[in-house]
Amino acid sequence: MPTDKNKQRWHLETNQIDANILEVSFSGRWCLDQDLPSPDLLTSEMDGSINRLTFRTELSSWDSGFLAYLSCLIKFSAERGIHTDQGGLPEGVRDLLTLATAVPEQKIAGRQHVKRSMLFRAGSAAIRFFHGAPEMLSFLGQIVFSFGRLISGRTRLRWSDLWWEIEEVGPRALLIVSVISFLVGLILAYLGADQLRMVGAQIFIADLVAIGMVREVGALMTGIIIAGRTGSAFAAKLGTMQVNEEIDAFRTLGISPIDFLVLPRILALMLMVPLLTLYSGFVGMLAGLLISTSIFDIGMFEYYHETLNALELKHFMVGLTKGSVYGAMVAYAGCLRGMQCGRSAEAVGEAATSAVVTSILLITISASILTILFYQLGI
Amino acid sequence: MDTATHIEVRNLTMAYGDHVVQHDLNFTVDKGDIFVIMGGNGCGKSTLMRSLIGLQRPTEGTVFYQGVDFWNVDPDQHERLKRRLGIMFQGGAMWSSLTLAENVALPLSEYTDLSPRLIDEIVSFKLALVGLAGFEGFYPAELSGGMKKRAGLARAMALDPDILIIDEPSSGLDPLTARRLDNLIVELRESLGTTIVLITHELASILGIGNNSVFLDSETHTMIATGNPKEAIHSGDPRVRHFLTRGEA
Repeated sequence: MPTDKNKQRWHLETNQIDANILEVSFSGRWCLDQDLPSPDLLTSEMDGSINRLTFRTELSSWDSGFLAYLSCLIKFSAERGIHTDQGGLPEGVRDLLTLATAVPEQKIAGRQHVKRSMLFRAGSAAIRFFHGAPEMLSFLGQIVFSFGRLISGRTRLRWSDLWWEIEEVGPRALLIVSVISFLVGLILAYLGADQLRMVGAQIFIADLVAIGMVREVGALMTGIIIAGRTGSAFAAKLGTMQVNEEIDAFRTLGISPIDFLVLPRILALMLMVPLLTLYSGFVGMLAGLLISTSIFDIGMFEYYHETLNALELKHFMVGLTKGSVYGAMVAYAGCLRGMQCGRSAEAVGEAATSAVVTSILLITISASILTILFYQLGI
Repeated sequence: MDTATHIEVRNLTMAYGDHVVQHDLNFTVDKGDIFVIMGGNGCGKSTLMRSLIGLQRPTEGTVFYQGVDFWNVDPDQHERLKRRLGIMFQGGAMWSSLTLAENVALPLSEYTDLSPRLIDEIVSFKLALVGLAGFEGFYPAELSGGMKKRAGLARAMALDPDILIIDEPSSGLDPLTARRLDNLIVELRESLGTTIVLITHELASILGIGNNSVFLDSETHTMIATGNPKEAIHSGDPRVRHFLTRGEA
């Protein structure tokens, strides 16, 4: 409705016709693109003696701004038992007001979102966590049964899905694992060199980097990278499937979504993370070699032999075990949060975030347990 | 151009790579029309809508809004033109992190100088118009599909746009709510002079409230008929008659 908005402004007048009747006159332009008055200005003028409200209009144009103003006035009058006579309003306005009141307000819907204290929210979170624990255990149990079905050959696992997941979580993660591992190897070498130089034992940089990367850091860094890259992707993918009711469709057909969706992801990560851990260790050692030979004047063969002397089979076994466990933890957390996802876009985001947090928490807990266990076993 | 013409689609062609969805579309929508874009599944109705609302540049041709070339104006004017369009997406497309009231209030607080009190009143009124009075504090995730759709219409109407483009308004709604929505569309046209463009294949809406239309054909990838759908049912192209009578004619 192209009109010259500066031609006419809104105008409002009140006229007390007699002791009980107030006439409200609207004229000019009552549109959203103007600085319309607040309805409170008028309602504050309506004292207790008024029991009838009438309207007079000479409007050049109007839109929702006018309707909202009127609607507020009529609501205010109704609450105070003041009768409103809408005869003086344009027909279109009356029609739209009728339409707006055709469906009564849902009183049950008019609830407020109450702000809770930090303590209340922390307590609620703790209760939710403990209520969630049986669900986590139940999910773990379902995975164990699914593995049982796989071993006994009764599973519905699609091998093409498994290969696809293996490619997705393994080779496609090589670049990021390479970059992070190289930089971590470099940091370890510098850190060691700084301390070992004081006692003239720089050659032991090779031992530090080799054992550190193969046994602990490679697996840990790979676990964290995979948690951020793959765990969140699992949660987002399964969460979106939850939103689209794809998982419900599996259940209604009697197909286990655990066998079909969760098992390939867990297997893929359990197979690929140990390999990525080995690769990470190799790249970290390469970084140590480059730094040691180029900056700390250690010979290449000298470094190589020291690395071979330092490394034992048990270090590889520890690294591979940790890699496998971290992979399983990330897959479990990602799939769990995806399967628990709500049915909105926001819930998918929450599931992805929660998957990463849960993965890192589980990796840290399992790293501590495994370190103590290997120490006690003398490995 | 006739001053009554609100939208003119001229030589419009839309394609994805080599796949031409629709070509050589030419039609006009007059002020106050309830114009229906109809056609079978996959004929390109939604792609046409995306070109009408500025989400997808057409491969060829353009769209004029009241004589202004929508696709060939400077970016500022393009944005200003977009603000005069109200869009209701098929699923409502409500912002999930905002309540219904916040969803409807956002365009008002962005583009008007109204007081927060009046914005609240406008929001309540718009929600009441679509039958959602009292649901102001709800988040989209707490609503049914039909309610989200109606809330989407309330948001599309927030700024009282000159042109309201509505994608599949009645699909997924119960017959009474669908009828109520159709009545609201007619009332918006009658009271506020809003031009309405409906993208739909719901026959009840097409024949009940549409006064002008274009029929997109998925085989020839172009429009095969324009005009009042109520007349097309008797005298139009046989393919359109076939569509409008559910294959009985």
